[in-house]
Amino acid sequence: MIRAVIVDDEDLARAVAREFLSAHPDIEVVAECADGFECVKTVQELKPDLLLLDIQMPKLDGFEALELIDAGRLAVVFLTAYDQYAMRAFEIHAVDYLLKPFSKERFDAAIGRARARLGQSPPRAGDLAAAARGPGQFLERIVVQDGARVHVVAADKLDWVEAQDDYVSLHSQGRQYLKQQTISSLEERLDPSRFLRIHRSAIVNLERVARIEPYTKDSRLAILADGTKLPVSRSGYARLREMLDARG
Amino acid sequence: MHPILAARGRLALYLTAWMAMAALCVSILALAGVVGWVEGAAVLGPVYFVYSFACLSTWYLCRAFPLGVARLSILVVALAAAPAALSALCVAILSAHAAFAARWFPGVDERLAHAGPALFGGGFFLALLAIALHYVVLAFEASREAEKREAVARLAARDAELRALKAQVNPHFLFNSLHSISALTSIDPAEARQMCILLADFLRLTLAVGDKTSIRLGEELALARNYLAVEKIRFRARLRVEEDLAPECDNFVVPPLLLQPLVENAVRHGVATLSEGAFVRISARCASGALRLVVENNFDPEAPPRRSGGLGLKNVRERLRARHGAQARLDAAPRGGVFRAALELPAETEEPSK
Repeated sequence: MIRAVIVDDEDLARAVAREFLSAHPDIEVVAECADGFECVKTVQELKPDLLLLDIQMPKLDGFEALELIDAGRLAVVFLTAYDQYAMRAFEIHAVDYLLKPFSKERFDAAIGRARARLGQSPPRAGDLAAAARGPGQFLERIVVQDGARVHVVAADKLDWVEAQDDYVSLHSQGRQYLKQQTISSLEERLDPSRFLRIHRSAIVNLERVARIEPYTKDSRLAILADGTKLPVSRSGYARLREMLDARG
Repeated sequence: MHPILAARGRLALYLTAWMAMAALCVSILALAGVVGWVEGAAVLGPVYFVYSFACLSTWYLCRAFPLGVARLSILVVALAAAPAALSALCVAILSAHAAFAARWFPGVDERLAHAGPALFGGGFFLALLAIALHYVVLAFEASREAEKREAVARLAARDAELRALKAQVNPHFLFNSLHSISALTSIDPAEARQMCILLADFLRLTLAVGDKTSIRLGEELALARNYLAVEKIRFRARLRVEEDLAPECDNFVVPPLLLQPLVENAVRHGVATLSEGAFVRISARCASGALRLVVENNFDPEAPPRRSGGLGLKNVRERLRARHGAQARLDAAPRGGVFRAALELPAETEEPSK
């Protein structure tokens, strides 16, 4: 039995998916969700095999929701009226990408692909999360799960990031959020004209840097507007100088 | 037409400046003791006045040898020969006039004959000044012409853009509506048919008003109502529409589809961001010659960013500016979870005459 979750904020759109799925006796719809938050919670609780996912939704969009889900063995089929996200969807190994309105035949073909995928060995875990945004598209918001809650940190409110083993600690407006992600993968997805890796263990929002002070022979300290001191490596300093000079 | 002779004001300005320069020449001669003040003014004045008109002819020279286009060597020769010729003419007239004036100012002709080289130099200098002036006028006219051409081109480009804009129906609205119809065909065929008809009416109205420059507010509101009826089927109970319209405003005219982007924004950033639902409130008021339209909606300030934000508002602003200038405005801002777009434009019952 394949356990499926339908995620769409529109009743009628969910109804189409439900109706089309009813023709597949080996698929059971275990839940329906109307926004991204619900989707994250439901998928974590029910661990479904198949996710039929809308993209533009309240609270969290489909991509943001996926990021918080341990995608492991999940087969994702996107259902959306927008064609501009297709590249991104396939980059994160979506099974299929259906454009609304879709026919029953097209829907069945997607389900067939999902079945084939579920029969195979699961895709490398973490692929979904690692590439949830395509290249050339930088994060405007970072989603962090904290128990049952989801925090959304706007990129321009993010002051600095500190690496802690497999986690990153996000510092924003005096608060701290812990997220399971490596600092390098986060670095790749932040806008390089606004954020800079100044040290093996630190990324800084360039707008927060107040001044740079010498520290040891080979390193310096970046002093942020709120007084925070961050280590700057030698190569980090070269990049930082270049960026700050370019910003005038 | 000669640019200085073309406008009376310009000619007066030119003559004033010219006579000031001529007065300077006379003063120099008087101070040098060549002529007396009175005889200098009486003998030289009329000649310089005539000479001022002769120097207007340098316009044709400037036009024939535009700066930066004509070869430098030719330019130098022309710029030396023309003032020399003009100045020689001036000196000849002057000596003839002085011979005539010698009856009242004995010996003035001889004294001026001695100052021949200085007079030639002065005439040369004045003619050179006239040439410089004409080049300045020429450059000024060219730049004004270019500006005018650019403004016309800009206007044409904007017109084309607006036409394209007006004809445009948001494709995602269409796709999502069709998807809703697809769902309804098995759940509630009657409602599916109802939605088809609403959608068709909306498309027909949109296409019909696209070519017009003005429509009655009543028509624009009917279009918005039609659009919201379609969205209400799609979003079900999540979308609440509230209207607060003064019926006496219906006959005033507005540019077609001016309100539509604001209503579409209210849906896209409102109900589409709130799973628990949202309102869209439209109000229309007309008082003291102004038409005031307000579209409000609640929204989730923490919603995921949507693409193409702000373009609709920018286009509405540009259309208002193109048509009413400073007389119309659009204020749009969020406040406490409610986004409010307020349009104010002159209350007109007919299309403004161009």
